[in-house]
Amino acid sequence: MIEISHLSKEFGHFAAVRDLTFNVAPGEVLGFLGPNGAGKTTTMRMITGFIAPSSGSVSIYGHDIQADPIGAKRRLGYLPEGAPAYGDMTPARFLAFVADIRGLRGGQKKQRIEAMVSELELQSVWHRPIETLSKGFKRRVGLAQALIHDPQVLVLDEPTDGLDPNQKQQVRELIRRIAADKIILVSTHILEEVSAVCSRAMIIAAGRLVADGSPAQLQAQSRNHGAVVLQLPVQEGLQQQLAAIPGVGEVEADAAQPGRFRLIPETGKDILLAVSAHISGAGWQIAELRQEEGRLDDVFRALTSRAGEDLH
Amino acid sequence: MGGNVGVIFRRELASYFSTPLAYVFIVIFLVLTGIFTFFMGNFYERGQADLAPFFSFHPWLYLFLVPAVSMRLWAEERKTGSIELLLTLPVRTWQAVVGKFLAAWVFAGLALVLTFPLWLTVNYLGEPDNGVILAAYIGSWLMAGAYLAIGSCISAATNNQVIAFIITVTVCFLFVAAGSPIVMNLFTSWSDNQLWSAIASASFLVRFESISKGVLDFRDLFYFGWMMILWLAATVIVIDMKKAQ
Repeated sequence: MIEISHLSKEFGHFAAVRDLTFNVAPGEVLGFLGPNGAGKTTTMRMITGFIAPSSGSVSIYGHDIQADPIGAKRRLGYLPEGAPAYGDMTPARFLAFVADIRGLRGGQKKQRIEAMVSELELQSVWHRPIETLSKGFKRRVGLAQALIHDPQVLVLDEPTDGLDPNQKQQVRELIRRIAADKIILVSTHILEEVSAVCSRAMIIAAGRLVADGSPAQLQAQSRNHGAVVLQLPVQEGLQQQLAAIPGVGEVEADAAQPGRFRLIPETGKDILLAVSAHISGAGWQIAELRQEEGRLDDVFRALTSRAGEDLH
Repeated sequence: MGGNVGVIFRRELASYFSTPLAYVFIVIFLVLTGIFTFFMGNFYERGQADLAPFFSFHPWLYLFLVPAVSMRLWAEERKTGSIELLLTLPVRTWQAVVGKFLAAWVFAGLALVLTFPLWLTVNYLGEPDNGVILAAYIGSWLMAGAYLAIGSCISAATNNQVIAFIITVTVCFLFVAAGSPIVMNLFTSWSDNQLWSAIASASFLVRFESISKGVLDFRDLFYFGWMMILWLAATVIVIDMKKAQ
C-alpha cells in the first residue's frame, strides 16, 4: 500500500504540486496523466525520495519516505524521467552495480540479471557503453534497473517515451505481466496507454488532482460517451431528422464525408436503440453504425484546460 | 550498510579508468612533477639526495590538478541526471559521498605512487632518509584528500563542472596562500603574532611543510583528517539541502 497524504511542493513561489492525497493498493496500475509541467515528475520524485516535499507525507508499505528512506526505497523500483544511467558503463556492469546496491548476492543476483536480459532483450548491447545505445535501449536498461530486485512498488516516469510501436507494446505487456501483486505508478501523456495498461487513472493539472477513476469511468465523462456514429446515403434534411430523435442532444456532420454524422446524446441518455429504430422506420440503407465509449482525450482536454484557466 | 560505500567506491574508481580522464591526469601529473622537480627545483644542482624539491611543489600542483578531478564528483551526476538514480537507491547520502570521495582519493594516491621512479633515482644517487620521504608521501596524500573534500562539497552545489573547478581552485588557493611567505609577511607587518600563527596554522602549506620535513606531528595529521571530515559532512548537508529546495 502506498499512502500519499496532503503532498505539496513549492519551488520558490511556484506551486508545482498542491495537496495531493491518494492511496494505491497492490494489483493497481495507476496511470498518471497530465499536460507537461502539471507536476507528474515532481510527484514521482517526492514519492521516490529524490526531492523532499514542502508539506505532506508519502508512506510505502508503512515506511515513511522522509523518516525511513532506506526502508521505503528498498521496496521501490524507479525509472526516472529520461532513464538516466552511468553512460560510461555497459548494461552488464551497470545492472551488476544496481544489484549490488540492492543487496542481491551470488546465484540470486545472477538469476535476476539473466531474467532482466531476456525480459528486456538486452543481449545485443550487453557489453556496449550505455551512452552509445539508442534511446529505446537506454529506456530498457532503465527498466531493467528498476525491476532487478522485483520490487513491490514500481514507479515509472514515461516508460515508453522514445520507443517504437513494437517496443511500446512489449513494455506494456511487461507491465501487465508483472502487475498482479504489485503497485505500479506510470506517468504518461499517451492516452491510449492508459486504457491499455492501467486499472486506474488520475489526471493532474497545474499540480492538482482533477480526476481519479478507472479508464472506463473517465471515458464516461466524455461528451462522446455513448455517441452514435453513422454513415447514411446523402439526402436532404438528414441532419434535422436525426436531431429530432429523442435523446439526441447534438448532431455533428462530418465535413469531409457527406452523409456521415456523429450523434451526441443528452447527458445520461442511451440513444442507440432510438436511433436504430428511426433508421429502420425510415428505411435508410446504413453503411456504418457504431456507438462510442467516449474518448479520454476529450476528458483530458476538458479537465486540464479548466484547471489551467483557474491559474490565471 | 558499509557495503554500499564499497560498491559505490568500486563503481567510481572503475569509471575513472573507463574514460581517458585517468590516463590524461596521471600522465600530466607525472610530467609536471618531473618538470618542477628537475628544472625548477634544481634537483641535481642542490647536490642533496632527497625529494624536497619534488614535494615542495605539491601544494601548488594540486591547486589545479585536484579540482580537475573533484569537479566532476557531483556536478556530472547532476548534469546527466544519474544523481536521481543514485539517491533513490537504498543508499544513505553519506555513503554515496564517502564512496565517491574514497575513489577519488585512492585515484590521487595511485598517481602519487607512480612517481616512485623519483624515489628510486634518489636512492640510486645517494642515501636519502627514506623515513622523511615516506612521511612526505603520506602528507602529500593527506593534503590531496583535503583538496578533494573541498572540491566534493563545491561540486555538490552546482551542476556546472567549470564553475565547480573555478570555485574550488579559489577556495583551495585561500587555504594554501594563507601560509605563503607573501601573506605571512603581510600579516606580521601589521598584526600581532597570535593572529598570524592562527592563520598560518590553517594553511595547507605550513602543515604540509612540517610533515614533509619528516615530522609526523599528530596535530598536522589530525588537521588534514578534520578538513576531510568537515568538508565531506558539508557535502552531505549540501546534497540534502538541494533535495528540499
